[in-house]
Amino acid sequence: MIERIEALRAQAQEEIGAASSSDAVEELRVRYLGRKAELPRMLRGVAALEPQQRGAVGKAANEARRTLEDLIEARAAQLDASELDARLRADTVDVTLPGTPPQPVGRLHVLSATMRELENIFLGLGFTVLEGREVETVHYNFDALNHSPTHPARAHTDTFYVQRPGAYVPHPGAGPSRGAPNDGPSRGQGQGQGQGQGHVGAGARLGEPDDLVLRTHTSPMQIRAMEAHPPPLYVVIPGRVYRPDSDATHTPQFHQVEGLAVDEDITLADLKGTLLAFARTVFGEQRDVRLRPHFFPFTEPSVEVDVSCFHCSGKGFMGDGSRCPLCKGEGWLEVLGAGEVDPNVYSYVPTTEHNAPGYDPEKVQGYAWGMGVERIAMLKHGIPDLRLYYENDLRFLEQFG
Amino acid sequence: MRVPLNWLREYCSPELDTAGIEERLTMTGTKVETILQYDAGDGDVVDVLDLEITPNRPDCLGVYGVARELHAATGASLAPAPWSDDPGSEGPLAQSNSQGSSCGDAHPTAEVVVECPDLCHRFTTRVFEDVTIGPSPPWLKERLSAAGQRPIDNVVDITNYVMLLTGQPLHAFDLDRVAGGRLTVRRAHEGEQVTTLDGQVRALDGEMVVIEDGEGPTSIAGIMGGERSEVHPDTTRVLMEVANWNGPNIHRTSWALGLRSEASGRFEKGLAPEQCMHAQALATRLMVELCGAKVTPGTIDVAWDGTRSQTIRLREQRVRAILGMPVPRARQAEILQALDFDTDEAADGLDVTVPAVRRDDVTREADLIEEVARIHGLEALPVTLPARRGAYGRLSPTQHLHRRALDALVGRGLYEAVGWTFTAPTLHDRLRLAQDDPRRRAPVLENPLSEDQSLLRTTLLGSLLDVAAHNSARGMSDLRLFEVGTLFVLDGNRDASDDGAGAADHARGPGETGVCEHRALAVLLSGRIAPATWGAPDPVRADLFAVKGILEALGAALRVELECRPDTQPFLHPGRSAAVVCEGEELGWLGELHPLVAREWDLDGAAVMELELDRLLAIAASESTYGDVISYPALRQDLAVVLPEHVPAAQVLEAVREAARELLDEVGVFDVYSGPQVGEGKRSLALSLAFRAPDRTLTDEDAAPVRERIVAALGGLGGELRG
Repeated sequence: MIERIEALRAQAQEEIGAASSSDAVEELRVRYLGRKAELPRMLRGVAALEPQQRGAVGKAANEARRTLEDLIEARAAQLDASELDARLRADTVDVTLPGTPPQPVGRLHVLSATMRELENIFLGLGFTVLEGREVETVHYNFDALNHSPTHPARAHTDTFYVQRPGAYVPHPGAGPSRGAPNDGPSRGQGQGQGQGQGHVGAGARLGEPDDLVLRTHTSPMQIRAMEAHPPPLYVVIPGRVYRPDSDATHTPQFHQVEGLAVDEDITLADLKGTLLAFARTVFGEQRDVRLRPHFFPFTEPSVEVDVSCFHCSGKGFMGDGSRCPLCKGEGWLEVLGAGEVDPNVYSYVPTTEHNAPGYDPEKVQGYAWGMGVERIAMLKHGIPDLRLYYENDLRFLEQFG
Repeated sequence: MRVPLNWLREYCSPELDTAGIEERLTMTGTKVETILQYDAGDGDVVDVLDLEITPNRPDCLGVYGVARELHAATGASLAPAPWSDDPGSEGPLAQSNSQGSSCGDAHPTAEVVVECPDLCHRFTTRVFEDVTIGPSPPWLKERLSAAGQRPIDNVVDITNYVMLLTGQPLHAFDLDRVAGGRLTVRRAHEGEQVTTLDGQVRALDGEMVVIEDGEGPTSIAGIMGGERSEVHPDTTRVLMEVANWNGPNIHRTSWALGLRSEASGRFEKGLAPEQCMHAQALATRLMVELCGAKVTPGTIDVAWDGTRSQTIRLREQRVRAILGMPVPRARQAEILQALDFDTDEAADGLDVTVPAVRRDDVTREADLIEEVARIHGLEALPVTLPARRGAYGRLSPTQHLHRRALDALVGRGLYEAVGWTFTAPTLHDRLRLAQDDPRRRAPVLENPLSEDQSLLRTTLLGSLLDVAAHNSARGMSDLRLFEVGTLFVLDGNRDASDDGAGAADHARGPGETGVCEHRALAVLLSGRIAPATWGAPDPVRADLFAVKGILEALGAALRVELECRPDTQPFLHPGRSAAVVCEGEELGWLGELHPLVAREWDLDGAAVMELELDRLLAIAASESTYGDVISYPALRQDLAVVLPEHVPAAQVLEAVREAARELLDEVGVFDVYSGPQVGEGKRSLALSLAFRAPDRTLTDEDAAPVRERIVAALGGLGGELRG
């Protein structure tokens, strides 16, 4: 009987080793270890044997069964793995086909993204962010910003005026159209162009304080911020502004980020430090800034601020000796106007319960700047034409944000 | 302004090359825009500085003014003013006894009357006899040419040369062609016509100033002379006019006529009346030297009574406080003196007297500090940051939410567009707005660039449709766009319901302006809402549910419930449009574009949405607090109910919530079926229910009574359980 067990074991072992599929292994398991198979039957019959045989036969049969179980399991696992592998191999795809995109990602407009970047820089420097209205009064847009009553910027040629709601009549479909845009006073010299006859009124009115304008800069919020909050005040004001210019270098709407800091002792040197932090964050750590004296009605001293050119590292020329195309050989890029807040501006801020103790020009001083978002984005991203911003061509939008 | 370098060097010649001079001028406030090269012939090339003169510095619209700047900026010596030596004289103009007077009587050579001293602040004339008109000498021609002026004849060239050197324009009349020898300065008559030197006839208005003689107007004051009295080749008697005009008035006239000249560009910035005599003195010397003229003694000088100069205290400590760097008092005095200010020592600084040509620009201590700063050099400023005591930077909660809203849309695959604030009056018709639609109450520009840009927008839809049309016309018709922008509505007669939460963080109520502004958010989806791929070649196309999906994503990002209620808009498909409601407030609309509107923009169709963003963010601005939904799990059950198809899903869900009262945590629609199995006019909604108690795990037995109430409520809507 022990010989028979040994023979079964040997035969099964051989057949298990030869089994070539998991189905075949399963068949062997049934044949050798199933309920009706010989080996289990022997085990069940051990009790019927002579007592002196029971031990040896039982032990041999058990060992054989355990051996076969292990062999079958091992062989099955081996075959499962190779069969799985074969199935997977059969399921081969063309990995060179394009991937399936997830829900596609969109983009912020480059102007939004740039404004957010600028906000973040100044948040880090301790400023808060304010927004302001776009239809403003002449008082906030000009008077309170120390523009003389006859300042040319107030002219209809330089500022959009909005009809007062009181004077509103349902639009007849024929707005007051203007003659061909003339050169602004800041541009173009030379003799008269002969344009504009029949528009004798153009440029005539320089604005009553409560006339309405589309704000020409974000600066009116300087006054509104000081009216609403006492010093110390550290704010930036991003927003859309308007001027009636439309040509290669002007669009009638554009965006600015205004900055205003007023405290007991804010100096022009502080302005330089603040704008250096801005310049290095936006244009790179190697950048430098320089302040050039300039003129604005609402700052004194006034400066224009240049950033050293990041294209030529401020050298003005490229590696091959050619003139830098970005800064035109200057080595510097003009990025914004700024200055110490003109003391007259404080005198336009009434002291109320909201901003007490108010803004006494002998007790507070500060700086302000206004930077053009379109210009900064143009410089930073090499955008060649202002009009691209407002066309919103997808092929443009995809490149930024 | 163009300044030939060799001319500048006649008055101030620092030991610097052109680049060095450029750098010093630029860094002290006289920006050199470019350096031009004028070929003077014989290989002689002259560098010409093209300067940007800021509007507060009309004194630098003359070469000598720039020379003074260069003197202050470099310390190089400044030559005496070219008008120091005056061959003419002041005092009353001598009586004429020349050959021009036929009968030998003594009579006034010329007379001037100024009728509008508010617009003419000084009017001076001198008279020259025996003038020989001819070409100017080469040196003068070269000066003018290099400065960009065409040489004409010696008298005209003298006037141009003197203007370029002193900054003061002047005008030469042929005295024999001045009818009556008398000039009157007066406001023009409304509609009065003048023929200017360029041969054009110009119509004037009552705020413009003319100079007339016995036969009528000869010049538009401060802007351009007239043909009739100009200098001719046979001129022998010249009346040299040097006047001072009201700057803003000249600016206004020049703009109104579209007529700008070298003279008007100077006058409009406001010159000092003292400059008149600088120009007269210099012109007199040149008339004598170059035209052989005999100067008639005396000067007609009217409409000016002199002005006192101003003295300002400059506190030494204040300079340091404003700039953040010290400038020693002696250095301050040196700078100011170089700029022609007088200084006297005072206890805490300097008493500074302002020169006439700087009278309008320098009126306060702050202005003196600027002078000191720019000449001392801003390069020397240290780099510091504000002390920022007590102030700290942060975004407001609403600003954070604003960013989160935009980021959610970007994360959902939308591209942000930035459109125009300006809109065309025709937009409202193209959008089929009713005549009484409040969106027709758009603010109107008084001076638009064109009719198509004459209104401020009351909806973002117009600009998004324009953007869609732009892209679609270029083959990009699968569009996922959004825009955030300000909308403007006239306050006048707003709807009673439209009282707007004026207290909200960013609401910009009408305030002083009567124009309400608020920020809106709009979305436009068109074509396929995801890119086609080889695995899914035909993705879902934009429809109401696609844009509603964006709405729901936005609501999820802001943690607000945004619901849709059936409603229509004139520009939307009437069966596929809805009002968007949040906490009972109507915040906007969404839906599919009306086919007629889509056709207006050549689009195949689009799903669109617009929300009042400021109000939405005001509702959303709240903090989250923890709710325990983890300790005890929810019990989930499904329920299918067949209802008349006209019953909206929202009504079904509302009925379920109302009936449940307790334990029901969530309910949603997860399937919709209509077809033969549910019968005509009916549809089946499959609802998922989640029950939850805060203190125990619920069993089916716990939920059974709630479920029974729900079933009963659905029965009330005509529904019966299915399956």
